[in-house]
Amino acid sequence: MSAGLTRARRWLGERLVLMYGILVLLYMALPILVVILMSFNEPASRQSYTFDGFTWNNWLDICGPYQLCSSVRTSLAIGLLATLVATILGTLMAFALVRHRFRGRSVANVALFLPMASPEVVMGSSLLALFVAAGFGGVLGFWTILTAHVMFCLSFVVVTVKARLSGLDPHLEQAAADLYANDWQTFWRVTFPLAFPGILSAALLSFSLSFDDFIITNLNAGQTVTFPMFVWGAAQRGIPPQINVIGTIMFLLALVLVGLGEFGRRRGAPGAAVAPGPARAES
Amino acid sequence: MSPVPDRTGAVAPPRPEEAAAGRRGLLGYALLLPGTIWLLIFFVIPTFTLISTSLWDPSGSILYGYDLTFHWLNYVDAVQAYGPQLWRSFWYAGLATAACVVLGYPLAYAIAFKSGRWKNLMLVLVVAPFFTSFLVRTLAWQMLLGDNGWAAGVLRAFHVLGADGHLLATPFAVVTGLTYNFLPFMVLPLYASLEKLDPRLIEAGGDLYASPFDTFRRITLPLSMPGLVAGTLLTFIPAAGDYINAELLGTPRTRMIGNEIQDLFSAGSYPEAAALSVTLMVVIVTLVAVYVRRAGTEDLV
Repeated sequence: MSAGLTRARRWLGERLVLMYGILVLLYMALPILVVILMSFNEPASRQSYTFDGFTWNNWLDICGPYQLCSSVRTSLAIGLLATLVATILGTLMAFALVRHRFRGRSVANVALFLPMASPEVVMGSSLLALFVAAGFGGVLGFWTILTAHVMFCLSFVVVTVKARLSGLDPHLEQAAADLYANDWQTFWRVTFPLAFPGILSAALLSFSLSFDDFIITNLNAGQTVTFPMFVWGAAQRGIPPQINVIGTIMFLLALVLVGLGEFGRRRGAPGAAVAPGPARAES
Repeated sequence: MSPVPDRTGAVAPPRPEEAAAGRRGLLGYALLLPGTIWLLIFFVIPTFTLISTSLWDPSGSILYGYDLTFHWLNYVDAVQAYGPQLWRSFWYAGLATAACVVLGYPLAYAIAFKSGRWKNLMLVLVVAPFFTSFLVRTLAWQMLLGDNGWAAGVLRAFHVLGADGHLLATPFAVVTGLTYNFLPFMVLPLYASLEKLDPRLIEAGGDLYASPFDTFRRITLPLSMPGLVAGTLLTFIPAAGDYINAELLGTPRTRMIGNEIQDLFSAGSYPEAAALSVTLMVVIVTLVAVYVRRAGTEDLV
């Protein structure tokens, strides 16, 4: 085979991979574009799956459908509380696992992978089995959902914060100690600020996991309705276009957050990792 | 079995443990304790409750309580009654995982090596689906694949799809939805693995007269194995337990095991539902153990 042909093939090969990748990204973006488009839809009937006409009404009357906005409020409350608890507990665990050597450390590392690798329906049903066996079968609701969310967010927080911590240069802390900072000062003035971007992205990840969870929530919700549960119920009856408005708003808010994070990073803040994904891949 | 090297290429940073060598283990335990207790009560113990629930006498009820009678027949009944759904779950999850590899590997490769200054933008686009609700996006697929949707229209125009053919409410739709939902979980670990790979190794392959295909097979693929294993696990496991796609994009004939577990729990048939759930878990753990051993990477966590 001539060298020219090989080079031509390689040239094409390099572009092909990129073009293929862009097509895959389009496939991933397609449903989001549909959601944004459908937020302006004026459906001809309740079971309409097509774009029937343009209107601003969905955006002007977001809370129109019964229970929609209360379900969003419930999801926000659960998401914020679950994020708070999971981020605190998970960050402590991540510090323990990265900064301290003790017996059982590697077991703990493996055990933390399990909740991430369990099918949601198994985790949700186990938890329901526990609540029922413990006599809480009748009081399923806000608090049982919250408990479940903290549980499945924890591992993701630990993994994300761990990734950030193990990438830090320990010499910085040694330097602080050399400069006569005590442990407490070193932690708050050096370690914590450096770990903060990781903690922040863990919190964002945990909020999005909590806000979006359906399978575990549905099993443990009792009469409480979260936003995904509202969507699920609506899908059986006919979908109000307003759920696409909520979807679009969430998407735009997240984009703004990512944009701010990127802006902060460019300004020279120590590596604000907003995209939660790659940290997760470190698992 | 192909040799799987360590995660090479990265210059080992100074181990944080060395810096912390002076610290006591006790503080470590104290930091670990609250989270561990939470996981113990709400993750570990429930697993045992689930197993014991699966052995309850199914003639009990939620009102009058159940008796733990080690009723092994729950498992026999569950597997007999829901064998097809169980089989279907693993089949669909396998197909979706394969599709995710086919779509996700080149994408991760393109981001890691070919994207240049667009790298961050492409990564944001990969995680963008997380930014909006999973269910709302699945409903968007309902519309995309619907009989009046664009995809069906285009395929009909090219006679790929017959005039009375459907895309929605078919196994194809369910697998498409699963693939779409879990694709980011494939791309991100793969990207993380590929990004650590030293591109000079690939150049060296070319310098030593390996064809691009050989270079890929002997260098890139083995070095990205940890990412591939993590990605397939993070795709296959949740996909096997998912029921949202089967419910929203499928028909009663595409029901997966998750649908049955959910329905049995809602109907209050706890012992049978628990038996089915434990069966799912056991099959997954077995498959994963075999797979991880075959793939030769235990360096996941």
